[in-house]
Order: sequence, then structure tokens, then C-alpha cells
Amino acid sequence: MTAPDIHRAIDAVWRIESARLIAGLARMVRDVGLAEELAQDALVAALERWPENGIPDNPGAWLMTAAKHRAIDQLRRKKLIERKHEALAHEPEFEATDERLELETMLDDDIGDDLLRLIFTACHPVLSAEARAALTLRLLGGLTTDEIARAFLVPEPTIAQRIVRAKRMLADKQIPFEVPRGEERDERLASVLEVIYLIFNEGYAATSGDDWMRPELCSEAMRLGRILAGLAPLEPEVLGLLALMEIQASRLRARTTPTGEPILLPDQDRSRWDPLLIRRGLAALDRIGRLGGANGPYALQAAIAACHARARVVEETDWARIAALYAGLASIMPSPVVELNRAVAVAMASGPAEGLALVDALADEPLLRNYHLLPSVRGDLLSRLQRHDEARSEFERAASLARNARERHLLQQRAAACAQASDSA
Amino acid sequence: MRFMMLMLPAGQCTAAPDARPSAEAVAKMMRFNKSLQEAGVLLALDGLHPPSAGVRVNLEQGKVKVADGPFAEAKEVVGGYWMIDVSSRDEAVAWASRCPFSPGDTIEIRQVFEMADFPADVQEAAEGFQDPRQTAA
Repeated sequence: MTAPDIHRAIDAVWRIESARLIAGLARMVRDVGLAEELAQDALVAALERWPENGIPDNPGAWLMTAAKHRAIDQLRRKKLIERKHEALAHEPEFEATDERLELETMLDDDIGDDLLRLIFTACHPVLSAEARAALTLRLLGGLTTDEIARAFLVPEPTIAQRIVRAKRMLADKQIPFEVPRGEERDERLASVLEVIYLIFNEGYAATSGDDWMRPELCSEAMRLGRILAGLAPLEPEVLGLLALMEIQASRLRARTTPTGEPILLPDQDRSRWDPLLIRRGLAALDRIGRLGGANGPYALQAAIAACHARARVVEETDWARIAALYAGLASIMPSPVVELNRAVAVAMASGPAEGLALVDALADEPLLRNYHLLPSVRGDLLSRLQRHDEARSEFERAASLARNARERHLLQQRAAACAQASDSA
Repeated sequence: MRFMMLMLPAGQCTAAPDARPSAEAVAKMMRFNKSLQEAGVLLALDGLHPPSAGVRVNLEQGKVKVADGPFAEAKEVVGGYWMIDVSSRDEAVAWASRCPFSPGDTIEIRQVFEMADFPADVQEAAEGFQDPRQTAA
């Protein structure tokens, strides 16, 4: 292999191994920050050695062994060995110097537990949502700070700082490397799911920037969701989030024109929806039903997405069912955004006037004051009621609030169309 | 991006119609499959009955010909596949390298076409057709 080939191959190994490596090391040293540094050191060692010696048969085991050696060195150097000694002494693999650990060791179950601990730690509520997202992409996704910075359109030093601070915070607060039990587990799981969905949504409908979507972030979020679903296959909400993401992502390639303009749901060419992702999402929904978890917030949102996925043409959409699902969602997770979506579904099921009444009830909602979709929806309903002048000013207001350039452009076009309709009326 | 990893097992061409993998081989493969799943890259997978239990249909001199397996002229045949979603071809190669191979087994890695991979005229020709895969959903 040439040098660029081997570097690409090492990148690929890193992507596959880094999370497991960091998770395994974190169990030993009880510090995700230190674990990540050790894993990075092992990567540097691989970059030095593998171009000469070739990629080992079991690269994961090689990296783990290299990282463990470094762990011992570093702990000695920092004279932390006394404090950590006990943990290390009880780590049976720790003294193993055999560089060809059996693959089975790498695949055994407690690696899965370690990964789960790593996700729960990276998504600890003591960190801000942004910090959790950056740290999760770093530790679980194996992304570089540069890649994360590009994904979130934030300068690299900002992301680097955010990650350093997050790791320090976890260490300072002595956040244990564990999966909590009982009630706390549910709360913490909610935090994990929130972070994964935040990453997905930033890819699905970017809040700012020139591109409306960044599909690589969606892929990363789905990968994290699948990892979580593999580790916690009996959690309906984990499956719910995964189903929701897969069904939404099935529309990715139908959501923009070749020049990057957004195409809204009713106007999408449904033949371009990804059937494999839809099938996977619907299968996950079936499993959720069998687990008795169909009423969780993510499961309900996935069920709504599934209604769209099942409609081969937009006219076949079961809006009454969607409105009912939104009502269910509003009862367990009351939110003005859910209410706004319910209004859209009601408008489709029972007519724009009924939808408008629900939207108008949200007019003074402080949480929606700067939310561009409120005037956008109101404009849409008004235009369907032939109230073009009012519709135009709503679309103009929506455009002024939209932070994404593509979306703003679309709203301006709708305002212009209303002006034209008003003139010709 | 999506890749299909096609398993071309050694001896598959001549395997008896009722040949089945050993429990040990299946257990090893299950562990590999689990590692793909736990890494969040696995979308679908299947294993296939041996070709001796299969049928080949083709066109010969303008006539459709149907022939039962085994197929004497075949050198390598597919025994199963994985569909994975990874960030690069190198990552697909790295995953394939982890498969519990038997001597003589081969994994062929093929990227899945996206509409965007086709030239504009091909994309246009496909426009408006219901994706036949969707009826399965």
C-alpha cells in the first residue's frame, strides 16, 4: 500500500475502533478525557508503525494494547498509580502483553456495556446540549474537531474549547463512568436521545448557513441511534428515535432541487424516497408496538412520519390519523411547536379555517415569537383561504425570521406569489 | 454511502443442495454480524442456499433457457450479502477484513448506485417512476 492508502486505511480503522477503544479505556481509568488522550496516543503510534509493518490482523487489539501500555506509563509519570492502582490490578486484560488478543475479546459483551457507559457519560446533563453533541461526535463518532466544526459551522477552536471544557467538567464533577439505574436511567436516556436527535436535526434542517441540509450529520446521528438500539434493543424510545430518523432521512434526496432549494413534503417526488430506510423504520415501529411503547414521544413522532411514508401520493395521506397522533403527543409532551404541527394536520384533515383557529391561539406564545414556522404556517393557511394580502405579510415576516438562506429564499418566493395572486384577484 | 459486501464462499459452487454451514461457523459469523450492528453500520443481510439448489435463467440464441444448479462453469458464486452504510470505501474494506473467513473465501465490495451517480439523461429517464422497491415497504 502507498502512504496515502495506508493513511486512509488507518482512518477507517480509527472510525471503527475509536469508540470501543475509548470506552474500554474509560472503564479502566475512569476518566473519559484521559481515555480519549490514550486512544489518540495509540493512534499516533499506529500512524508511526503501520506504514512500515503493515496493518496488523487485529488492529483493534493492537490499538488497545498500545493504549494500555501508554496508560501505565502515563499513570506512573503522573504518580497517579497509587490512586488508580486498585482499578488496574483488577483489570484482568491489563497485564496482557500479547499483541494478538483474540477477536472474541474485542467483541464480547462488556465492550457493549462500556459503549453504553460512554454514551451516557458523554451525554451527561451536567453539560450543555451543544457540549454533549460535540463530545458525543468526538468520542462515539470518532470525528475530528475539524469535522465537528465544519458540521456545525462553528470555528474549530470553539469546538476544541467546548470539548476540552466538557471533559474537564466531567472530571471535576467526578461524573461516574456508568449507566445509571432506575428513574435516573430514564432521565439520562432522554438526554442521550435528545443529543442524537439534535445532531440529526442539525443535518436535516440546518438552522443556519447556506445549505439547508448536511446529510453527513444525519448519517452520523443514525449511526449513533443504531449503536444505541443495538445496545438497548428493548427500549421503545430508542427504537422510536431510530425509526423517526430513518423515516425522515428516507426523504433526504427528495427534499432539495439539484441547486439545493428546499422541496416541501407535499411537493416531493415520492419515488425518490429511500425504501430501505422506510422499511427499517416501519419494522422498528412494529417492534415498538410489540414492546408496548407506542405512546412515547419519539414513537409517536415516528408514527406520524410513517403516515407520510405510507402515502404513495400526497392525497393518500391519512391526515386525521396524523392529527390524532399529534393530539397524543401534545398530551404527553405539551409544546407550542407540537401544537403548531397539530394545527397543520387539522387544517389538512378538516380544512384551513379550523387549522387557522388553532394557529391563532398560538399568536401570543412567547416561545414562538421568533419562530419562522409560525408565520409561515399562518401564511400558508391564509393563502389557502384566498386571504392573499394577509398571507403575503405573514410570509414576509417568516422570511425575516428564517436564519437559513435557502429557507428564507423559499419564503420570499411564496410572499411574491401571494402578491401576484392578490393583484390578479 | 452504501456498500454491498458479497460473500463468495470457497466450495460454494460444488456444495450439495442440502449443505449447511456448521454451528461453529454460524456462531462466528453471528459475532461478526453483531459487531456490524453494534457499530451502527448494518442495514441488511441475508445468506443464500447453495447454487446447486438454485436455477439459472438466461437468453441463448434468442431463446430463454432455464437450467437447474449446480452450474459447472461457475467459478465463484454468492453465498450471502451484507448491506452496510459507512463513510468511505476504506471503511467497508476494513469491515470486510474483520469477517471470519475460511480459506478460499472472498468478499467482493460493491458500492450501491445513488441517483446522483447517474448522468442527467439517466436521472431524467427514471424521473416520475414509482421506485419498485417501495411496494415492499
